[in-house]
This record gives sequence, structure tokens and C-alpha cells, in this order.
Amino acid sequence: MAEQAIPAEVLEAAGPTLLPARGVDLRRSARLGLTAGGVAVFVSANGMVEAFSKRDIVGPISLGYAMLLGVALGFGYLAGRPPQVLQGFAAPRPGWRNLVGGLLAGAVAGAVMAVFLVLIATFEVRRIFLNIGPELVREAPRLLTVGQDLGPGLALIFGLATALGGLAGTLHLLRERWRRAVLAAVLWVVLFGLLASVVIQVLRGIQTQLRLWTAPIADVLYAGGALSVAGVALVAAAAFGASLLRTSGRRRRPLRRRLDQLPDTSRRLVRVAVLAVLLLGLGLLPQILGSFLSEVLNIAGIFLLMALGLNIVVGFAGLLDLGYVAFFAVGAYTTALLISPQSSLGLGWVFWAAVPFVILASAVAGLMVGTPVLRMRGDYLAIVTLGFGEIARLLFLSDWLKPVFGGAQGIIRIRDITIGPVELRGPQAFFYAIFLFVLLATYITYALQDSRIGRAWAAMREDESVAEAMGVNIVVAKLSAFVVGAMLAGFGGALFATKIGSIFPHSFNVIVSITVLVVIIVGGMASVPGVVVGALVLVGLPELLREFEEYRFLLYGALLIFMMVNRPEGFIPSGRRAQELHEEDMAQDAWLRERAADEREADVTAPAPRKAGEG
Amino acid sequence: MALLGIRGLTKDFGGIRAVNGLDLDVDAGQIISVIGPNGAGKTTLFNLITGMAPVDAGEIALDGHDIVGLRPSQILGLGIARTFQNVRLFPEMTVRENVMVARHCRTRSGMLTAILRLPSFRREEAQTRRRAEDALAFFGARLVGWRLETPARSLSYANRRRLEIARAIASDPRLLLLDEPTAGMNPQETQELTGLIHKLRDRTGIAIVLIEHDMRVVKGISERVVVLDYGQKIADGTYREVAGNERVIEAYLGRRATQA
Ligand SMILES: Nc1ncnc2c1ncn2[C@@H]1O[C@H](COP(=O)(O)OP(=O)(O)OP(=O)(O)O)[C@@H](O)[C@H]1O
Ligand SMILES: [Mg+2]
Repeated sequence: MAEQAIPAEVLEAAGPTLLPARGVDLRRSARLGLTAGGVAVFVSANGMVEAFSKRDIVGPISLGYAMLLGVALGFGYLAGRPPQVLQGFAAPRPGWRNLVGGLLAGAVAGAVMAVFLVLIATFEVRRIFLNIGPELVREAPRLLTVGQDLGPGLALIFGLATALGGLAGTLHLLRERWRRAVLAAVLWVVLFGLLASVVIQVLRGIQTQLRLWTAPIADVLYAGGALSVAGVALVAAAAFGASLLRTSGRRRRPLRRRLDQLPDTSRRLVRVAVLAVLLLGLGLLPQILGSFLSEVLNIAGIFLLMALGLNIVVGFAGLLDLGYVAFFAVGAYTTALLISPQSSLGLGWVFWAAVPFVILASAVAGLMVGTPVLRMRGDYLAIVTLGFGEIARLLFLSDWLKPVFGGAQGIIRIRDITIGPVELRGPQAFFYAIFLFVLLATYITYALQDSRIGRAWAAMREDESVAEAMGVNIVVAKLSAFVVGAMLAGFGGALFATKIGSIFPHSFNVIVSITVLVVIIVGGMASVPGVVVGALVLVGLPELLREFEEYRFLLYGALLIFMMVNRPEGFIPSGRRAQELHEEDMAQDAWLRERAADEREADVTAPAPRKAGEG
Repeated sequence: MALLGIRGLTKDFGGIRAVNGLDLDVDAGQIISVIGPNGAGKTTLFNLITGMAPVDAGEIALDGHDIVGLRPSQILGLGIARTFQNVRLFPEMTVRENVMVARHCRTRSGMLTAILRLPSFRREEAQTRRRAEDALAFFGARLVGWRLETPARSLSYANRRRLEIARAIASDPRLLLLDEPTAGMNPQETQELTGLIHKLRDRTGIAIVLIEHDMRVVKGISERVVVLDYGQKIADGTYREVAGNERVIEAYLGRRATQA
């Protein structure tokens, strides 16, 4: 859409009330600087900088330092950003204010940090703040003063923060397109640095599996586990170029449209080829990733399975269930009872024979939780289900049921999944089982979302009594949501049991429910891609970067607050909740564009005149 | 036999008797206006008929069958659909989806057929879409085209009212209850809507009961007018009969005098 800016002279003539804001508000910048200083002090004082200082991600810069640099850069960028103006108003011209805004924020943040350093250098506070040890400032390696004595260290910190803030602020002097390219470059460099072990493993894996000459790339990109100078240059250049290409003026037609226009036979060919490549890639994936990364994926996959289930309950049907782990536990225990030769039943079945019973048991559990809470909504529902989750754990733990479930000793020697004579032993083989179930769950989710019951759930989420008045039996809709959600969690539990090989009640505590809930909230409620990304990032990443483990819930909390404030619809929102603003215009535009495109296609010889509303 | 027969219907809210021993018959194909001062119990009457509020005493029969105590979804299935005084749509769902929900009670496919995408499911789904779009087309071009895909909350107020009516129509009712359908519409829109309500009845033969405050609408649209006051029926007849009724004038004027 062409921006129809009102020319400056017109605005000037119209008087002060119509004038747009003059550029960066310096008081806001100073405030952002204070926040940045607070964040930097916080991560230094709670030990994150130190804990993350062992992993170098870019050259000699450790993850801990990268975090501090990121704070200065990020807040500098925000502080240098011109205020948003209403559509149709002229945006303020970029100028020195952007730079000053960034500089100011950086300087304030640096000053806050400097005060903090002086304080912890003078006073012994370790008794209260356990993580503020002498190695931060007083003794080698003097992490926070970058190895310098206090005086020069303070100057360095202050200078660095100011410079970085200013640098980030000046990004706003660039045209949007170039700024995006720079941001993309920074983002990808950080990502490649952070995921060094993954990238190296993948490149090596591709070489051994596919005999492509990819391993040397890893040697060029990385030195000693961190991005090398050449690596930074290459990654940054690639990301920069790709971003510029993507935003280059000529907009190509979307791939989907172009595919649709191919003749039938070649379209089928394309589809088969894509499918074959995908299957081949997935078949080789665990081999390429190696044992450790496959294990990480498997763990993320089990949580993804649960998240897809909870997404049906919370995202689709709007029933906030905080005791979701109960269904996970039911699936795991059912599996363990049936396939472990040492369980109380002592059956020792094969995994697949247990699957129908997992479905049955989870469905029954879903009904058992769903029925008593039929009349509850919102907060009350959340509290009661939270209680149910704990009850389930305590039942599995109890002495009363110990003869069946084994109490605290749990159930051990759960057999591996077998496919014919092949045992899925080890993370790489197990990946296929996880993948199969995740695929199934994803398909079920999509199929149900776009169906009679999916609409009933959505209606119920929006307004329960109106849904009932419009013909949706709320009892049936609620119970079916609980049952389907329980089944998917049950599958997750079944896989979990065979993956670990032994299960204990303490694996099924409320933290699991909360983690799954965070995954769907951050990923994007009711959005399958959001849930997938959420599970990979929020569950996979902490497994990958072990240092995160200790700070996992701190990060979850920070992320939740950030999302609630800035992006309540989630990271990848479902289409329905995506565009809050201008959606009417956009829908109209999209419709007009599509119609115009169809007309053009229908009549190639005499192209339809451009629609007035289109440009 | 009347389509809807109400006998001795009573509803208390704490100390307030919102509906008080009400008798009312609605014949098939009739257009009836229910009028009365604020708080007379009109909306409560609709809530009782549709099962959204429990009945304290009395009978409600559809085609001679008692419907008291049924779930609202069952009552919709039997053929009574309604709209709400304070428009209640599914705001985040699209216009089309809003109407498709109303087909829930007229469709059967369960979760398994949906997951397996059986031909019966596809057929039913296509039919649901078509029926929804037909219902929306009742309002001409106002709710179709690009608007089908927009969330209901982005509609203008008048269009939300129309969408709510379309949603009710889509459930194939035999009796349609409209709670102040023209509230918030300008005179021209009001006129258009009254025309459409007539057209709907003529085309489908369904009975329509509407609560209305605008006396011009009441006069123009209704074959019968029922007046409620303090939960009781104080008049029942043609517009002319009711307009000349002593008690009605008193109810309206008396109330107005004390309010002023
Ligand atoms: N859920 C409820 N709880 C308590 N009292 C209620 C409830 N619903 C209605 N009432 C009361 O019942 C009486 C009738 O209300 P009702 O909404 O049926 O009136 P109405 O005729 O629709 O009025 P209006 O013209 O203002 O819409 C009012 O006194 C109202 O306060
Ligand atoms: Mg009312």
C-alpha cells in the first residue's frame, strides 16, 4: 500500500495540533536506559553472566557478554526509534535525534551498571546475593570489568554501553530495507553463534551421511566452538544479502499461485518430488543430527505432542486446564503396566498392543476430569484442574495403590518400541516413533479445527451460553475437547515411558503442565506452527544449552510477561487472531487482489483495467 | 393447534417477578410484536422460551410438546432460534463461521469422520458452507464477498445485528425470536430490515416474534401486538386495538410520567 503522507508544508500550515511528533523523545530514551541498566544489573547479579561466560559464541565473546551487549544494543535500538505516527501523517525525518536517543540510553545504562560495579567492589554482599562472587569484579577473571581494574573497567563499560546504544540508535537513519538487512545479519550471527554445536554437527553429519563436502564449512565458520571472524563475515553477508533480495522491489507471485498454474501432470510431479525430498530428509535427519541432538528433538517432540493436545483444550475450546500432566501420567502408566514384564500386571506386551489401551485410559481420564468441571469457567476451572493434576500424581505415588503402580519406586524395565523384529533403541531410532505421533497429532489438530466440532469449540470459547443457544451442546463439546486433549497427552506419556525405560511419580509434577502451557501461550494459542516453534525453542533450547537449565523458569517468566505486554496473541499467532489493526482493509485488499488476479488469468488477451482500490 | 403455546409462565428473580402467569399463543407464519416498558419482562420471556433461563412455573409447548427443561441447544434443534438485545456474536470467528455454527444442530458428522475426511464429511461441510452463505445473502451484498472472511467484531453495529439474524435464520427455525432487531439502526436501515422480515416470513412461512420499542416499526410490521407490563400480559390484539387500550396508555404514560 502506498503511504499517502501529508506533505510537511500542509501540516505546518494546519497548525501545531496536526504536527506529528518531532522525533525521538529523549525522556523516553533515558527511561529505556534505566530499564536497560536494571536488566543488565539483574542478569549480572543473579549469576547468569557468569554461568554463561564459559560458552563463547562469537570469537572471544561469551554468551554472558553477548547478553550484556545485546541489552545495550537492543535498548539503544528502542531508544533511537522515532515515535509511531498515525497513518497518513508524515513520519519524522531521521536525524541526529535518533543517534542521541541511542547514546543517551546507552549512557544511562552504562552509568547504572557502573554504580552497581562500584557497589559490589566496595561492599561484600555475597551473604545476601549468593551469585555475586569476588570473581565478578575484585579477583581474576574480573568478569564484569572485562579483566580490567575497577577504574578502567568502569570507563570501558560506560564507554562501550554508550557507543553500542548510539550505534543501535543510528540504525534508524538507514532506510527501512537496509535496516532490516542489518538486523537480519545481527540476528543470524547470534543464532549461528548460539547454535554452534548444532550447525557443526549438521555439517559433519551431512558429510558422513550424504558424502557432500560440507564439514570444511564448519572449520571455516567456527574456531574453538565459536564463530570465527570469517564465520561472522560469511553469515552476516549471507543474511544481509538474503534480506535485501527478499525485499527487492519486484514482488514475485507467491509460490502457491505459481504451482496452481502448472499443468496437472507437472503439478503432481512437483508434489511427489517435494514429498520424496522431505521424506528422505526426515529419514536421514536423526543420522545427520547424531545421538545428542536427536535426544533433544525427542524431548521437544514429547512436549510438542502434549502441547498440541493442550492446544485443543485451551486454544480451541478455551478451557484452561492446569492439571494437564495427569493425562500424560495416565498414558505413561498405562503403557508401563502393559509392556513392562516387571509391572504388577507382568504382561510384557509389545508397545503397539498397548496403544488402544492408552487411548482408552486417557479418554476415560479425560471424562473423569471433564465431567466434574462441566459447570466451571475460567479461573475456577484452572484451580480445580490444577488440583486434579496433583491428585493424579499423589495417587500414583500413594502407598494405597503401591501394589499396582509401585509407589515411589515406579515401574521399571519398560520395553522399547518394536517394529517387526527391529527395536527402536536409542534416540536416533526413537525419533521415528516420536515423529510419527507428532505428525498424526498435527494432522488431527488441523482436521478437527476445520470441522463441525472445531467450530463448536471455537464458539464455546468465545461465548459459552450463546454457543449453547445456537445449537452447540456444551456438555458434549467440553467433554470431547477434554477427551481429545487427554488422548494426545496420553500418547506423549506412552512415548515418554518407553523412551526413559522406567517411570516414577515425580516425573509428573505440575511443572510439566506449566511448561506445556507456556509453550502454547508463547508460541501462539490455537496456532499449530506457533506450538511447534514454541516447543522446539522453549523445550529444545534449554536441553541444548545446558547452562540455561538453572534459569529456565526465570526465562519462561520473563518471556511470558514480555509476550503478555507486547504480543498477547503469541509468537506465531493463529490466522484468526493475527491482524488486529487494519484487518478490514487488508481483507478487502486481499479479496480485490485475488479477484483481479483471477480476472487477469481468465482473460489474458484483454487484461482487466486496474481496480481503483488496489494500488 | 398453535405453533407455540405458553400457559401460566412465571419467573422470579429474587424479589422481582419478571414474568407473571403469562399466557401466549403463536401461530405458524405470524408476525407478532411484543412491546412494553423497560423491565417489563420481554427479554426474560425470550430467555425462558429458549431455555436460557430456568422456568419457575408454567408450560411452554412447541407443537404440543413440552419443551420446559430442555437444553437451549435442543430447543434450537426443535426450531426456535433467537437474537439478543445486546448483540452476542462470536467476535473472533469470521462472519461465515459465525453462521456455520448455527448449522451444528442440522449436521451430524462426528470427530472420526472429520479426521478421516470421509466423503460424507466433505459433502456435509460443503453444504454447511453453502447454507451459511445463503443465509448471509439474505441481506444482499452487505455480509458477503470479502466480508465473509472478516472477524465478526470488525463489522459495523448494524451489520452485527444483521449477522445475528442471519445466524438465527441459518438454523432453519420455525419460530424466530428477535430481541430489538432495529436498535441502533438509522430510519432507512430500519425500514429495509422491516421489509426483509416480511419477505422472510412470506418466503419461508416461519413465525416471527419481535421485541420492539419503535412504534412505527411495530405498526408497520406486526399482525398482532402483545403488551407486557410487570411481567403480565395487559393487551393482545392488532396494533389499532392495542394502541387504543386504556391500560396500555396508562402503562406507557404512567411510567413515563414517573420517570421524567
Ligand atoms: N438475570 C437476571 N437476574 C436478576 N434480575 C433480572 C435478570 N434478568 C432480568 N432481570 C429483571 O427482570 C425484569 C425484567 O427484565 P427484562 O430484561 O426481561 O426486561 P425487558 O422487558 O427486556 O426490558 P428492556 O426493554 O429494558 O429490555 C427486570 O426488572 C430485570 O431487572
Ligand atoms: Mg430486553
